Amino acid sequence: MTELPLIGEAVAVAANPSLAGAKIGVVTFPGTLDDRDAARAVRLAGATPVALWHADTTLGDVDAVVIPGGFSYGDYLRAGAIARFAPLMSKIIDAATSDAKLPVLGICNGFQILTESHLLPGSMIKNDHLKFMCRDQVLRVENNSTAWTGDYAAGQEITVPLKNQDGQYIADEKTLDALEAEGRVVFRYVGFNPNGSRRDIAGISNAAGNVVGLMPHPEHAVEVGYGPESLDGIGGSDTDGLGFFTSVLNKIVGDNK
Amino acid sequence: MPRIVVDVMPKPEILDPQGKAIVGALPRLGFTSFSSVRQGKRFELTVDGEVTDAILAQAREAAETLLSNPVIEDVVNVEVVEA
Repeated sequence: MTELPLIGEAVAVAANPSLAGAKIGVVTFPGTLDDRDAARAVRLAGATPVALWHADTTLGDVDAVVIPGGFSYGDYLRAGAIARFAPLMSKIIDAATSDAKLPVLGICNGFQILTESHLLPGSMIKNDHLKFMCRDQVLRVENNSTAWTGDYAAGQEITVPLKNQDGQYIADEKTLDALEAEGRVVFRYVGFNPNGSRRDIAGISNAAGNVVGLMPHPEHAVEVGYGPESLDGIGGSDTDGLGFFTSVLNKIVGDNK
Repeated sequence: MPRIVVDVMPKPEILDPQGKAIVGALPRLGFTSFSSVRQGKRFELTVDGEVTDAILAQAREAAETLLSNPVIEDVVNVEVVEA
């Protein structure tokens, strides 16, 4: 994928030279919207983004995978339901559940695809207020031991954009209790629950912590001057989302030591 | 051509936001007798030829794997409709 320098050159801010060889796959389905932003976030974090196409039958040699947001297959049937059966998804599911525990991050529609794939429990239904919502959202990092949250402090509050229509996270009470007990609620909405999600859950992980999904968009908060800081006066920083991408890079480099 | 009809509904314990919007709109048109609406989906699977037990079993499997999400939905009916 060509990354146009829409707002200037993507210069890695986390200029750790040992990270530059890390390759992070970014998946594009028909209807994906945020693949270029995700690729740019990977570049800004210091790694090399690798474009993956839904019909690909191999993951290549990527060290991690981001499934970005958008409306894969127009959200037909259910959000993420058709993308889940794309050839590449079976490879991602195998790699994520193998001993190698490939780190996988699903953002928004990517989160919906991960629940449809049963890599993560529960599901998303329409926002309880029935409207599409776009806002800067405060999240609390509840678990900083996953592959994608190691660079945050436990309990740290971050602000990233949120934009969705089917963002209400639901699961049965037993599943919710298990998620809480096992520390698998990774992000919670703070101050305002934008979609009626059970227990203010914004993002969760699998038991191993390599697969993380969330509705808000960290890849839209990675560059000074273009993040949420200047809006709404709700605080936060323009680059609160960058930690997702530096976290996984530090994990990859740490694992390879 | 026979068709296999699959009906999928949101689980009873799951709030159905679309149904909620519809029940809110009904009284504005004078339909005041309905206290609740739940919106589901109907799929029609066309079969070229006879619907055998094996094909019907396939339809049931498709209904459970792709056409519905068991976390939020129930398959409430699978039946053969002759054209």
